[in-house]
Amino acid sequence: MESLIHTEHLKFEYQNEEETYVALDDIDLDVNEGEFVAVLGHNGSGKSTLAKHFNAILVPTSGRCIVDGLDTCEDDELFNIRQRVGMVFQNPDNQIVATIVEEDVAFALENLGVDPQQIRQRVDDALKKVDMYKFREHAPHQLSGGQKQRVAIAGVIAMRPKCIVLDEPTAMLDPKGRREVLNTIMELNKEYKTTVIIITHYMDEAALADRIVVVDHTKKVMEGTPKEVFSQVEKLKDLGLDVPQVTELCYKLRQNGVNVPCDIITEEECVKELQRLLEE
Amino acid sequence: MIRDITLGQYFPGNSVIHRMDPRMKIILTILFIVMLFVAGNWAGFAVTLVFVLAVVLISKIHIKFLLKSIKPILPLIIFTSVLNLFFVAGTPIFSYGIINITYEGIDIALRMSFRVIILIMGTSILTYTTSPISLTDGIERLMSPLKKIRFPVHEMAMMMTIALRFIPTLIEETDKIMSAQKARGADLESGGIIKRSKALVPVLVPLFISAFRRAEELALAMECRCYQGGEGRTRMKILKFSSVDFLALAVVAITFGVIIAFNILF
Repeated sequence: MESLIHTEHLKFEYQNEEETYVALDDIDLDVNEGEFVAVLGHNGSGKSTLAKHFNAILVPTSGRCIVDGLDTCEDDELFNIRQRVGMVFQNPDNQIVATIVEEDVAFALENLGVDPQQIRQRVDDALKKVDMYKFREHAPHQLSGGQKQRVAIAGVIAMRPKCIVLDEPTAMLDPKGRREVLNTIMELNKEYKTTVIIITHYMDEAALADRIVVVDHTKKVMEGTPKEVFSQVEKLKDLGLDVPQVTELCYKLRQNGVNVPCDIITEEECVKELQRLLEE
Repeated sequence: MIRDITLGQYFPGNSVIHRMDPRMKIILTILFIVMLFVAGNWAGFAVTLVFVLAVVLISKIHIKFLLKSIKPILPLIIFTSVLNLFFVAGTPIFSYGIINITYEGIDIALRMSFRVIILIMGTSILTYTTSPISLTDGIERLMSPLKKIRFPVHEMAMMMTIALRFIPTLIEETDKIMSAQKARGADLESGGIIKRSKALVPVLVPLFISAFRRAEELALAMECRCYQGGEGRTRMKILKFSSVDFLALAVVAITFGVIIAFNILF
């Protein structure tokens, strides 16, 4: 099957006065349609730079990045690519353009020259998908962080993209806002089959994904299902990354001689396992 | 408190005036200003006064707010009135030393004050009944013929929208920075004007840095949503003149006619 996003030996360099820095080096990655992929890595690992390649904000210095069959290096395809891959950023305040929620959701469609009646329909549709329809006439500054971020997501899904890339979408939110946004993202992926690529610092968010890609020092260092990745606790710690709390707990238990499996990543699994241990 | 700030001086409502097309409201406001200066005698002024009061009544705006809008320009009115009163030559009514009040002076002072007051009241109704976004929208569409002479109409409207959008955000941010600097012992409230404005520097510098950062991120987000300038852009909301708009136009035209007639008659 042809993958939605495909990178081949992707390399990205940038220049700063005299020196040339390498931000990404030899990244081979495939994202399939309908998949939920989490990209992990600590600050400066190049994960945000990678995300910006997926909708042609940045283009590779060498190697290729193909989105839905379109090469991101082709200038003519720029808007086709951006329509297929939407992007949501960290700070919801800095991505809302208009002074009214529904006007903001309409922004991308207005840019694409969509027919007014169709805009109306797609805006309502997008707002309902993120459960913000009743706030459609509010001003953005009257909303909470989580609500603003959901408006930003609506603004992107109104374009009906095949894939949305979220660059640390919950980093500036309180726990309640985080939950709201995560639920929205999960629903988009499970119910509407939108491909989701999430860049995150939170291990429990990554644990929800179908697949995890770990980026460190410009290179892809690990890839696999959450169970495969998180079971390698030592390797992740060497990379300066954490594991979900329950995985950490089981890891410590195992170090102390308790017999628990090493691929526990959700709370339910952990509770079940501990119950089993107590009953023994 | 800061979350509740209203932008401009818009008072939400659902009157006929509120529902009018912003383009028509702008055109009629301009017509009204012209009318005010065409009116040459007190009969004409009375007509304009009745007109303003009628519009206020229909729009259901409390008259208190209109009077409030006049307050800031009151010193200006008094100042120019006094000047007119003493320095216009003509038939003297009262004379003491160098003070010389003439009949014409009183007349000009009164006319001028009346015109300015009615002007402010009339134009305030526009901003009271039209939200900033529809005002911007109306201006953009009214000015769209200027695109032919390469006047950047869309860009101006976009700038206005973004400015309106970020005012509350930046106010909130200023508040935060001020608290942060106060927590570090900054004294922002005492001292004379020079000392106080110097104390503002540590507030303004971070505010500007963050505003530039916001601008950069916003530009990126706009690019991601396929923004490519005004070319080929459509709009979700289409402005349409309704019968109310044409009725309002007719009313203003008739009022204008009456004023011209009064100018000739009296």
